[in-house]
Amino acid sequence: MFVPTRRRFVLTALAAAVLPVGALAKPSEVEALIRAVTGGVAPMPGRVVLDVPELVENGNAVAMTVSLGADVPEGAVLTDIHVFADGNPRPGVVHFRFGPLAGGAKVSTRIRLATSQTVHAVAVFADGSCWHDSVSLLVTLSACLDD
Amino acid sequence: MVRPLLNVPREVRAGVAFDVRILIQHPMETGLRRDAMGLVVPQDVINRFECAVDGQEVFSATLHPAISANPYLAFSAKLVRSGTMVLRWVDDHGVEASESVAITVV
Amino acid sequence: MVAAVLPVGAQEKRSGYDDAGPQVRAMQDDDLANPAFLWVQQGAALWARREGAAGKSCADCHGAVEMMRGVAARYPAHDPARGRVVNLEQRVNQCRTERQGAALLPPEGDAMLGITALVGLQSRGLPVAVDVSGPASVHAARGEDFFRLRQGQLNLSCAQCHDQLAGQALAGSRIPQGHATGYPIYRLEWQGMGSLFRRLRACLVGVRAEPLGRDDALLGDLELYLAARAAGLAVETPGVRP
Repeated sequence: MFVPTRRRFVLTALAAAVLPVGALAKPSEVEALIRAVTGGVAPMPGRVVLDVPELVENGNAVAMTVSLGADVPEGAVLTDIHVFADGNPRPGVVHFRFGPLAGGAKVSTRIRLATSQTVHAVAVFADGSCWHDSVSLLVTLSACLDD
Repeated sequence: MVRPLLNVPREVRAGVAFDVRILIQHPMETGLRRDAMGLVVPQDVINRFECAVDGQEVFSATLHPAISANPYLAFSAKLVRSGTMVLRWVDDHGVEASESVAITVV
Repeated sequence: MVAAVLPVGAQEKRSGYDDAGPQVRAMQDDDLANPAFLWVQQGAALWARREGAAGKSCADCHGAVEMMRGVAARYPAHDPARGRVVNLEQRVNQCRTERQGAALLPPEGDAMLGITALVGLQSRGLPVAVDVSGPASVHAARGEDFFRLRQGQLNLSCAQCHDQLAGQALAGSRIPQGHATGYPIYRLEWQGMGSLFRRLRACLVGVRAEPLGRDDALLGDLELYLAARAAGLAVETPGVRP
């Protein structure tokens, strides 16, 4: 089981999520998916930085940014970043690939999170090395759900 | 598909990274919701996004239903010579759309 | 006589923006990341498009959309000729049918949301300033009565949550004062754009009351009261809310 490298829980109210059709993913599923993209090896913590808020007001649109940290050596070439959410019905979130004209590793988007969980980012470099970051977060529920 | 909102500079410096930001109107239907009759609304998401300049890849993404409705992507590119940037995306129904913009390296 | 009243409890007037979390505020603050601008763009296309039997576009009569600065800030407005309060959507459809000879824009459709977002944007930053003098005051008073009426199976009034309990937590969010300064909004819960009516209807259904109809005169009265109550707050259209 990968130990999340940053785990800070905010002590505020949380509510149970409204579950959509189907069951939620299990952390072990995410392990298997991560090994599939790393070619079987466990990724090392570091190099990739996953930025996502730890207290989410609405799980429908959560701002997420991935980037590389200051610990990336000169000349290292990033090829892919994969993002997984271990508490979503399906853990795969997105796979970013960086081509020869990429200007940098920083990518921002908005993701859906079904419930409080851990989000994982796995970066793959051209030399085959794989790196990992994760954030455990709380997803709260709006009071006023619509029809 | 409705035209996206694309923000990319038309003039850039050689070798200097610049931001590309795109916002696309799409429901990104997860396939997990039920409609008023209790029937599952089928999945329909933009599943693939690609950005290239004169055929050379800048950035691409494989998107799953966990990407929010009306997807937003911000990434960066770096050019050494002028060219035409093409951004393309396709959804689960096979509907494709693209935007092209000429970028000049000054 | 209805003056621009502060909520009961004399709290400082706060926009729903102030009660939303940092991520929602960040989305609203960035025009390049605010999904509502997808609709603004569609509104701009519609503004320029010649439609209907008269073959006119909005621009042909109104000029550049920037000329609409200040308009949304004074809507909804009492229309003496029609004897009722008219909101921006209704005014747009009046123009469509009576002046353009064009079809009504369907409610909550991309076109109507786009054009109202576009026109509302022209008033962004301006203080809400509706006219409740003269005959309009009767309508605003009726709107206030509705706002204070306990209704529905939950027997709640708007005032109980949005005046008395505003600022307190309800599940994951803070109860806002209920000032409709950003409409049409991109609501994360809807994963899309919607009008004030959509939001009000959801609230009424939420307390299990009979919802008002979109074109009910009383809805106009309520929207006028809400705008008077919000007087002085800045227009935020197109807003983002959780």
